Amino acid sequence: MKRRHVNKAVVIGTIGADAHMIGGWVLEKAFREAGFTVAFLGAVVPQQEFINAAIEIDADAILVSSMYGMGLLDCEGLRDKCIEAGLDDILLYVGGTVAAPIELEKNWPEIERRFREIGFDRAFPNTCTAEEAVQALKTDLGLE
Amino acid sequence: MSVCLLIDFGSTYTKILAVDLAGEVILGRAQAPTTIETDVTIGLRKALNELVDSCGLDLDQVENKFASSSAAGGLKMAAIGLVPELTLEAARRACLGAGAKVVCSYGFEIDKEVVAEIEAARCDIVLLCGGTDGGDKRVITHNARLLARSGVDCPILVAGNRVVADTIREMLEREGKRVYRATNVLPTLDIVQVEPAQALIRDIFIAHITHAKGLDKAAEFVGGPIIPTPKATLQAAALLADGAEDETGIGSLLVVEVGGATTNIHSVADQSPVTPQTVIRGLPESRVKRTVEGDLGIRYNAPTIYDFVGRDTFMTKLRALHPPVDGTDFDPDRHIDYLSENVGHVPTTELGLSADIVLAESAASIAVERHAGTARQEFSVVGEILVQHGKNLLEVENLIGTGGIFRYGLHPERVLQAALFNPNRPWSLKPKSPKSFIDRNYMMYGIGLLAEHFPAQALRIAKKYLKETKFEG
Repeated sequence: MKRRHVNKAVVIGTIGADAHMIGGWVLEKAFREAGFTVAFLGAVVPQQEFINAAIEIDADAILVSSMYGMGLLDCEGLRDKCIEAGLDDILLYVGGTVAAPIELEKNWPEIERRFREIGFDRAFPNTCTAEEAVQALKTDLGLE
Repeated sequence: MSVCLLIDFGSTYTKILAVDLAGEVILGRAQAPTTIETDVTIGLRKALNELVDSCGLDLDQVENKFASSSAAGGLKMAAIGLVPELTLEAARRACLGAGAKVVCSYGFEIDKEVVAEIEAARCDIVLLCGGTDGGDKRVITHNARLLARSGVDCPILVAGNRVVADTIREMLEREGKRVYRATNVLPTLDIVQVEPAQALIRDIFIAHITHAKGLDKAAEFVGGPIIPTPKATLQAAALLADGAEDETGIGSLLVVEVGGATTNIHSVADQSPVTPQTVIRGLPESRVKRTVEGDLGIRYNAPTIYDFVGRDTFMTKLRALHPPVDGTDFDPDRHIDYLSENVGHVPTTELGLSADIVLAESAASIAVERHAGTARQEFSVVGEILVQHGKNLLEVENLIGTGGIFRYGLHPERVLQAALFNPNRPWSLKPKSPKSFIDRNYMMYGIGLLAEHFPAQALRIAKKYLKETKFEG
């Protein structure tokens, strides 16, 4: 899907009942340094708050962090809510320990496929660096 | 002697408090029905005469006069934002902190129907927000376009996305609207910045609304600007908590103001998590916060409170206060109707006074619960997490009651007791063990008026006259 315009703004947070923060901090710093406006929502963020923030800052992407293995469960339905909220062209990324660690190692293509199925544009395993995430978004937004 | 008159043109009564700034004492107080429909100075003169009669005041000795007003509906505002929990919430806070009543509020794109509602509400100011700086431009621009074409003729204050503020201003001005511009109430998602908008609301109130409300003669008498009454009370709360230059305050506090039409709650306390591990959600809270419950008041809105509480609970509470009620033919339904139709009624019997207390404590309990934040357990794979929404008032050091009921009421301390933490509703973060004070002189608004010009004297007078009260049992 082609976005109407690029605002260089992203929403970052850790979804669900997950209290991990560090991954989000690292991403926040990397995106700020790359010239993006960042709404960093911290940990234990409900889906609705990601969407509220994205509407208000006119975000290009929502970057969801999940570290406790329940990423798929927590992310389900986010795309639908985005469409409902008028954010049908927003990019959705997820990253971290997005599934049980053993699954991550053995079945990554399957996990990636399932995230695409629920409307995510990209999924990153916990080995991905912040720079890689920034680069990926720039590519998707046609910035580089 | 340096006599100062502190006047409040209330919705029902015009009240005057006379203080001596040299001796830092209250000389007396008087009131008379507000006469906003005819000539507001008629009621004022009557109150002044009463003041002279009751405390032998010589009006020639008056050196200063300050005034507030909530007459003719008070300051009525419409708040428009984008996401209800974000820019709309920030917009509502800007209005409330400026002493306004938010008569209507809307998120997302407004439509013709909403515009008709805003026109019908006859607001004094429309506050138009939406989008963080550099964020969404589309919705606020759409909303401005509709307002520009509307019949809304009050000033419009624009405090949204900075990027489109100029465009919006021009769009509105082209259609002949009076436009003011303040910085964004939510410049980024983690900063609520309502002060610049509030300063402009105050200026607009003084420049336009004093005249529109028929308060010109009052302003002339006072010889200075008139500010919204809730703003005065909020100023008093801030002064009392944080102190003035050479006079220390009493620390964090909560003010409960029960009126005939509304119940106002003011808190001055830093936001703190219930425990260090607590996760705080929602917009950042400010130290000084006001909320107003337009559905809770012990006269105009007595029926609403009565409906919330229910007849049985109302009678149980009344019986506890005044056991002889059982031997009378007292009918609560009829009494409540009578109160809402006779809003100037001041009870003289023990039964009537007790019924007022039951209404007031119910209003206080609900209003403080709405003002205070909540903390709830949520279960996750990593264990229990405490999630907090809104302001934590558990450790607030002082609780102050103000309003008519605290002056004439029979056991006004009961009203304050209702504002305390309730173990049966542990998620509601109401104060646990504050010192409690009663404003027997109904002076809080006056202290707030004085605070702008003589903060140290105002603070010392407030500390001198607030009566600490102990709860029974």
